[in-house]
Amino acid sequence: MSPVLGEAPARLPARLPVRVPVRFRHLLAAEWIKLWSLRSASWVLGVGALTVIGINVNSAASNADRLAHQTQRPPEPPMGGQDRPEFLFDPLHTAFVDPAWQLFMIIAAAVGAIVVFGEYTSGLIRTTFAAVPDRRAVIAAKVTVVSAVMLALGTLVSGTSFGVTQVLLRDHGGLSLGDPGALRAVVAGALLAPLCALVGMAVGAAVRHAAGSVVTVVGLLLLLPALFQGERYRWVKEIGNAMPLSAWQRLVTNPERAHDLGRYPLTVTEAWIVYGAWTAAAVAVAVLVVRRRDV
Amino acid sequence: MDTVIEATELIKRYGETTAVDRLSFTVRPGVVTGFLGPNGAGKTTTLRMVLGLNRPTGGTVTVDGQPFGDRPRGLRHVGALLDAHDVHGGRTARAHLTALAVGNGLPRRRVAEVLAEVGMADAAGRRIGGFSLGMKQRLGIAAALLGDPPVLLFDEPLNGLDPEGVRWVRNLFGRLAGEGRTVLVSSHLMREMEQTAEELIVIGRGRLIAAESLRDFAARGRELRVSVRTPDADALAGVLAQQGAVVRAEPGGTYTVTGLSADRIGELAFAHGMRLHELSPHPGSLEEAFMELTAESVEYAAGAAR
Repeated sequence: MSPVLGEAPARLPARLPVRVPVRFRHLLAAEWIKLWSLRSASWVLGVGALTVIGINVNSAASNADRLAHQTQRPPEPPMGGQDRPEFLFDPLHTAFVDPAWQLFMIIAAAVGAIVVFGEYTSGLIRTTFAAVPDRRAVIAAKVTVVSAVMLALGTLVSGTSFGVTQVLLRDHGGLSLGDPGALRAVVAGALLAPLCALVGMAVGAAVRHAAGSVVTVVGLLLLLPALFQGERYRWVKEIGNAMPLSAWQRLVTNPERAHDLGRYPLTVTEAWIVYGAWTAAAVAVAVLVVRRRDV
Repeated sequence: MDTVIEATELIKRYGETTAVDRLSFTVRPGVVTGFLGPNGAGKTTTLRMVLGLNRPTGGTVTVDGQPFGDRPRGLRHVGALLDAHDVHGGRTARAHLTALAVGNGLPRRRVAEVLAEVGMADAAGRRIGGFSLGMKQRLGIAAALLGDPPVLLFDEPLNGLDPEGVRWVRNLFGRLAGEGRTVLVSSHLMREMEQTAEELIVIGRGRLIAAESLRDFAARGRELRVSVRTPDADALAGVLAQQGAVVRAEPGGTYTVTGLSADRIGELAFAHGMRLHELSPHPGSLEEAFMELTAESVEYAAGAAR
């Protein structure tokens, strides 16, 4: 038995000021500690980021390899030959391989959801809200911290994917950030992570259940855009266009190779609006649903 | 200020079920107040409403004259241990407490201080998931102490503690109250409160049953029953019944009298010239008084018809 237990000291050694200032940055610091004190969060983020970068780099490496052994075949159109752009190799696409980035979306959304529903399923949310009764401030801090971390991670993944793939493809038309559409694609990739994390947080706050949150967020981010495909009905395609995945696909499309965008294409401006609208809606939902409900 | 926690006509309904039913009570500083009731009486729901975690269907509850949920930060005002499991098992004790302290703008040194206070300095770096219930209770108490608050709420804090821990917690509560703090401790076991609380709030099925000092409450149970053995049973029974007592014959020729003290029975017997072979009071325990009071409001009585 520890000797402390027997006889408690005569007084708590508390020398706290009567009034402690109320600062939002205190909550930011608390959420920062909470995020990094869970081993699972850093593992999922680290392994996820490496996987996505790995897939993209591998695709670039194999493309470079294939292109290098293609010399016997009929020569490609000379530089500047734009008559059949769809047959030209698109180096930008190599950095933004669809399945890799869909995986990244799921990872970001899952981490966002875990950060919120983890508090509910563990019961920690009661301890949290008893310590900080201003619930909106708690969620706002959580949203800020997770968004910032995800933006950093997204920038890392997007930038690394672009940089490494284009270096690997340097002999086959690899791009630099100054090339048309390149910077836009990198930024769209970087922003995809915080966007998906916020959607995950909103779903986690609304569903407050582990499996339910993950299923819902996967359905929302990946299943819905898959359902609303095809151009038979314009409204179906328009709904599909309003999905983050569709917006991202539009934004990472190489304008030099932008062929066949379909009958009801999404413009670049609209794609950015989709990004903004989903972000705003996710933040609004996350903050509003925690306000009044019993916990 | 003499009243720190004040509940007025608190009501909480979940669909058809009324968990808390027009409950009014006050809690004052400087003493440990026991919040007592059988399982399902509405204690936890009430404490959650005090903390603003659950919204009352009706009525109000204030801490220091203000709904607690209206405060931006809580730890400096109220320290609470509702459920020791309300933690994330993946974090270390230190990380858990540090996040709480930092979020409330409290100095980080408080974490080490409260961990030492509850005797868990050595476990600071261990993950909470591996803690026993008793250790989680200590961690919850540590969290409640972080802000050195004037008001402390504990929901069933003795669960899972070993006898040493129980003794320590009792000393702690007494000391906190002695420092002038308001300490409200819930339990479903009277015997846990006997040596802990000075004031009692007893509820059953969400309703207030009693709010009085432990001394007054104990008086209800004193001399609940008196055993009497006498050759003049019929005559004595008549006399006692006249005085409002209930006399019941027990196997073996003794009688159990309720409603009169042993002293009074002796005096009555003497006045009427009756012989008593045995006159023994059974000082009813607080537990019995509690059981009797809450008997009708037990939510899940064993063997009850369903």
